[in-house]
Amino acid sequence: MRGRPSLRLEIKETMLRYTINRVLLMIPTLIGVAVLVFFFLRIVPGDIVEVKLRGDGGTVSQATIEMERKRLGLDRPLITQFGEWMVGMATLDLGKSMWTERPVMQEIAGRLELSLQVAIMATIIAVLIAIPLGTMAALYRDSWIDYLMRIITIGGLSIPSFWLGMLIMLGLLSAFNWLPPISYTPIYVDPVANLTQLIWPALAVGYRYCAVAARMIRSSLLEVLNEDYIRTARAKGVFEKLVITRHALRNALLPAITVIGLEFTFLIGGLVVTEQVFNLNGIGMLFVQSVSRNDFTLIQGMVMLIAAFYVFVNLAVDLLYAVFDPRIRYD
Amino acid sequence: MTLALPTTPVKADDTRQPHAVLEFIRQQPLGAISFVIIFIMMFAGVFSNLVSPYDPLAIDFASILSAPSIDHWCGTDAYGRDICSRLIYGSRTALVIGFTSSFVGSTLGAILGIASAYFGGRIDNIIQRFVDILLAFPLIVLALVVVASFGRTKLGGIDVNLILAIAIPIIPRVTRVVRAAALSVRVMPYVDAARAAGYSHSRIIFRHMAPNVVAPYLIMLTAFIAQAILAEASLSFLGLGVTEPTAAWGLMLSGNAADFYREAPWMILFPGVAISLAVFAFNLFGDSLRDFLDPRFKV
Repeated sequence: MRGRPSLRLEIKETMLRYTINRVLLMIPTLIGVAVLVFFFLRIVPGDIVEVKLRGDGGTVSQATIEMERKRLGLDRPLITQFGEWMVGMATLDLGKSMWTERPVMQEIAGRLELSLQVAIMATIIAVLIAIPLGTMAALYRDSWIDYLMRIITIGGLSIPSFWLGMLIMLGLLSAFNWLPPISYTPIYVDPVANLTQLIWPALAVGYRYCAVAARMIRSSLLEVLNEDYIRTARAKGVFEKLVITRHALRNALLPAITVIGLEFTFLIGGLVVTEQVFNLNGIGMLFVQSVSRNDFTLIQGMVMLIAAFYVFVNLAVDLLYAVFDPRIRYD
Repeated sequence: MTLALPTTPVKADDTRQPHAVLEFIRQQPLGAISFVIIFIMMFAGVFSNLVSPYDPLAIDFASILSAPSIDHWCGTDAYGRDICSRLIYGSRTALVIGFTSSFVGSTLGAILGIASAYFGGRIDNIIQRFVDILLAFPLIVLALVVVASFGRTKLGGIDVNLILAIAIPIIPRVTRVVRAAALSVRVMPYVDAARAAGYSHSRIIFRHMAPNVVAPYLIMLTAFIAQAILAEASLSFLGLGVTEPTAAWGLMLSGNAADFYREAPWMILFPGVAISLAVFAFNLFGDSLRDFLDPRFKV
């Protein structure tokens, strides 16, 4: 193949066409998400104005409520509101939060850093533990290592991350009589303070992630170890260590990449609950707040962000696949 | 000359094929153990009023935050309510909401999945795009959007909105799997025969195709009970699910429970153990059921 540049060029071209196709396909999905969320939130009567003005049980006249609705633009026809939101989104303007009345983008940007850092730390921890764990479990199948892994991973799938977070807090309190600080310090200001604060939530959400990844690595490695090329490699006298790292693991990690990539988006689900435990003012906390306040614009903005992120990760995983595995062709 | 006839007819079936339940226990001992856990939970949920030592809502200021003892096996909370009783009543909440939402979600998902596979073409395309859209959210995020939309509506003491909030994210996930299973059933000769015989679409879907995707359906149903219990606990923990004073495991961990890390760690330990054990049992049971019913099938 290496000697035929035309073929390589051809592959590159189909790859490019495939990428463009996939990027274009993202648009209808995202529009679908927008339509769904926008109208779904408005099926049942009840909006932020009631929460805002009547939330504390005070009596507010109907006229005041109508006025506030008008001010927030909630009295206009749904189609107009939707159109305006869509036009705004096309220019990356997600509107203003109905509660704080600051731009949605600004609200999200202020908290993205913290959540993203926890998510990345959780991923690193999970992958660093999952690869050796899954590999060992597959190599020593049905041994005590394998059973230990099974117990660890089933625990990861069953223990709710918020409870694990509480247990970590409880453990820290009884062991060191210390709790992680509540106020957030960015990593570029004070890395030590930052890491001692965020490592705990990262562990709490990373556990489940690690369990999923380790299971995936184990099962795909077991599959690969049965392949003919592994037998060939062994037969021609390749060191066992090389057989595992060069031949088996390299192929087994591919399906694992998919899972790791897709689960990364789903970390946000864990963060929604875990940030509450550690009192972290991140994306998850913002989402819960906006849901309990019926802050439609903010909910919509965050949902669009999560969906867009998911679609991008999906695409990135597919493209990575092609880079790692040249056997895969796209058309 | 008499012919010796056996006095009792030999039951050939019994000797050749052991009972399915016995076979399940033999093949899947872990699944059997998890079923025992589920059974105990169900028993506690159904007979809560007989099993629990105290009224789960009874406030007793004389024994606030008392440690686990013979009187209160799991201690008491900040209102002096017996945690053990609240856990027992909590299993009722978890099971009712977990089972109903998984049932609603899986059933709707299965119907959509079969319809998608059976009709194919444009209908399949529409359903699959819809599924793609719903799959772009983590389960808990979609559940929260539904909660935000429906607010808190209760019907006959049951949180209908909560059940919907958990059921809707389950639909696309089940649709995917059931569609794949139904696609392989669709090309079977008996489906062609049914179509050739002029049966209606609904008859073919419900009488010919549905019975053949029961295995994946049951597996998904069980597996999603675990997810639903977890989702219910998370939502209640966030204060957006079951409301006080109902006994629910997630709710027991929320609010002021965290203020008593030092004074009353049992308030945090026991409800979490209950959630984990329940989710663990349903996960494991779903896994064993999968291996037992269809070893090739992977969720």
